[in-house]
Amino acid sequence: MSTAIKDVPIVALRALDELWFQVSGTLCNLECSHCFISCSPKNDSFGHLSFETVQAALEESVPLGVKEYYFTGGEPFLNKEIVPILEETLRYGPATVLTNGTILKQEWLERLRTAEDCSGYTLEFRVSIDGPSPEINDPIRGERTFERAMQGVEKLVNAGFLPIITMTRTWGDEEDQKILSEFKNVLANHGYSRPRLKILPRLKIGAEAERSCGYSQTERVTQELMADYDKSQLVCNHSRIVSDRGVHVCPILLDAPDSILGDTLEEAMQPFALRHGACFTCYLYGSICTNASSTTRE
Amino acid sequence: MKLAFFGGIYNNALALDAAIQDAQDRGAERQYCLGDLGAFGAHPDQVFPLLIENDVAVVQGNYDHSIGNDLKDCQCGYTDPRDNYFAQISYEYTYANTSPENRQWLKELPQEIRFEVDGQRILLCHGSPRKTNEFLWESTTSTHFLEKLADEHEADIILGTHTGLHWQRELSNERLFVNVGVLGRPENDGNTNVWYTLLTLENGNCGVEFIPLEYDFRRLAREMREESLPEEFIVTILSGWWTTCLEVLPGRERRNGRF
Repeated sequence: MSTAIKDVPIVALRALDELWFQVSGTLCNLECSHCFISCSPKNDSFGHLSFETVQAALEESVPLGVKEYYFTGGEPFLNKEIVPILEETLRYGPATVLTNGTILKQEWLERLRTAEDCSGYTLEFRVSIDGPSPEINDPIRGERTFERAMQGVEKLVNAGFLPIITMTRTWGDEEDQKILSEFKNVLANHGYSRPRLKILPRLKIGAEAERSCGYSQTERVTQELMADYDKSQLVCNHSRIVSDRGVHVCPILLDAPDSILGDTLEEAMQPFALRHGACFTCYLYGSICTNASSTTRE
Repeated sequence: MKLAFFGGIYNNALALDAAIQDAQDRGAERQYCLGDLGAFGAHPDQVFPLLIENDVAVVQGNYDHSIGNDLKDCQCGYTDPRDNYFAQISYEYTYANTSPENRQWLKELPQEIRFEVDGQRILLCHGSPRKTNEFLWESTTSTHFLEKLADEHEADIILGTHTGLHWQRELSNERLFVNVGVLGRPENDGNTNVWYTLLTLENGNCGVEFIPLEYDFRRLAREMREESLPEEFIVTILSGWWTTCLEVLPGRERRNGRF
C-alpha cells in the first residue's frame, strides 16, 4: 500500500486535540463489505483494550491538553468494560463512541445517560447505517442489520441521546440530498424527529479494497497538493489512536505497519508522512473522523 | 474595576444599544466586543456608530474577517448543507449592506486584545486564542485543554464568544475561561433575551456575572421582515429557539433546544 513516489508530505501534530481508542480491536459482530480494517467476529488481529489501559492513556492525556475522546472498533460494545470505560472517560472530558447500534442494551444506555448528566461533558453516539433502507444498507452490512440498527437508534433516543447517523457513501455524490431527505423521513417514523446525519466517503483499503479496486498509484497526496491547504482538515494533524499494539497515527491506517508511532502518547507526537492512498481520501474530504461540533475550516 | 464584554452582535444594533446602556448603568468602566458584528439581523451599518461613539474595543471575529477581506463566505465552518444555505443568505445580505468604510474598519480589527488588571493577564479572543473560528462548547471542551490554552497563551482570564452560548470554567491557579455569550440572538432556551458578561476585578479577585438582557426584539423581527430576511431567523428572535445552524451543536447543547 505504501508508495515509492518522491515528495511525500510530512504532517506535524499541531496539537493532540482528539485521542481515539481502538477499544474493541478489530472484533465486530458484523462483517461489512466496505470495512477499511476488515473487522469481523473472527478478526482478532487487534484485541480489546482493558479499563486499565484506557485509564492510563486518559491520565497521560491530561498534561497534553487533549480536548475530546473517541472510541471505535470493531464494535465497541463487544468490549465488556465499555460502559465503565465511558463512565471513566466522562470524568476527563467529552466522549464519542462509534457503534453499529445492533447490540445496545437499554440498561447500558441508562447508566451512560446518568454518567453524562453527572459529568457536564457530552457523550455522543455515532451509529453506522449505510442508507435509509434495508435495500441499500443490508447488502453492505449484513442481513437484517438495518432493522437491528434502527432498533438501536430507538433505544438511544428513548434514553435521551441524539445519535449521529453516519453513512458511508455507496451512491453518487449527486444523490446525497435525496438520501439525506429519505433518511430523515425514515428516522422520524422511528421516533427520531431531529436527526443528525453525516455522510462519509469510502476508504478503499481493507475489505473495501477487495470489494472495489483499491487506490491507484496516482491517488496520493503530494507536496504540490499541500500548497495553501488547510492541514487541520487532516486527522493526523490533531489526533492519535491507542490500540493494544501501541499508539497509531490515525484510526483509518490502523493496519499499516508504519502507523504505529510509539508505545506512549508522548512518543507518538512525531510527524507522519502521507504516503497512503487513504491519506488522499482524508485530504479530499477533510475532517472525516471528527464531529461537526469540533470542525474548523480556514 | 468593572468591565463589560459583548459577544457576537449579528447586526442586532437594538440589543447592542441596550447592552451599552445597561453596562454603563451597572458601573462598567470599559466595554469590549469579541467580534462577529454581522450576520442574522438587519441593518449592519447601524452597529458601527454605537461601537465607535461608546469607545467599545473590538476583536475581529471570523465574520468580520470575511466581510473586511471581501471573502465569499463567513468561515463559520458549518458542515450541513441547510446550515450553509442560511449562513450564505445572511452573509450576502450583510456584505451588501455594510459600507466600504465599515468593511475597511472590520479588516483592520485585531485578532486578540490583551491587557492586565492588578497583575491579572486578560486575553480577549473570538473563538479560541489559537483559532478565530474554533467552537469552544461547554460540553465538548475538557478542562485540561483550557489549562493548556491558558499556559500556552500566557493568560489568567481568557474570554471568547463564537458559539452563541455563555458559560465559564474555573481553571488551576485561579485562572478562568469565560464564553461571554452573544447579543445577536437568544440562547436556544425559549426566552427572547440575549446575554452579555460583566467582569469585576478587585484585589486580585475576579467575579463573573452573566447578564440577561431584554431589548426590543419585536422591533428587530419587524425590521428583519422588512428586509426580507428568512422567516426561520425571525422565528428564532420571536421564540428564543434556534432554527438554523444546528448541526454544529454538540448533543448535549442540542438537546436543550427545540429543533
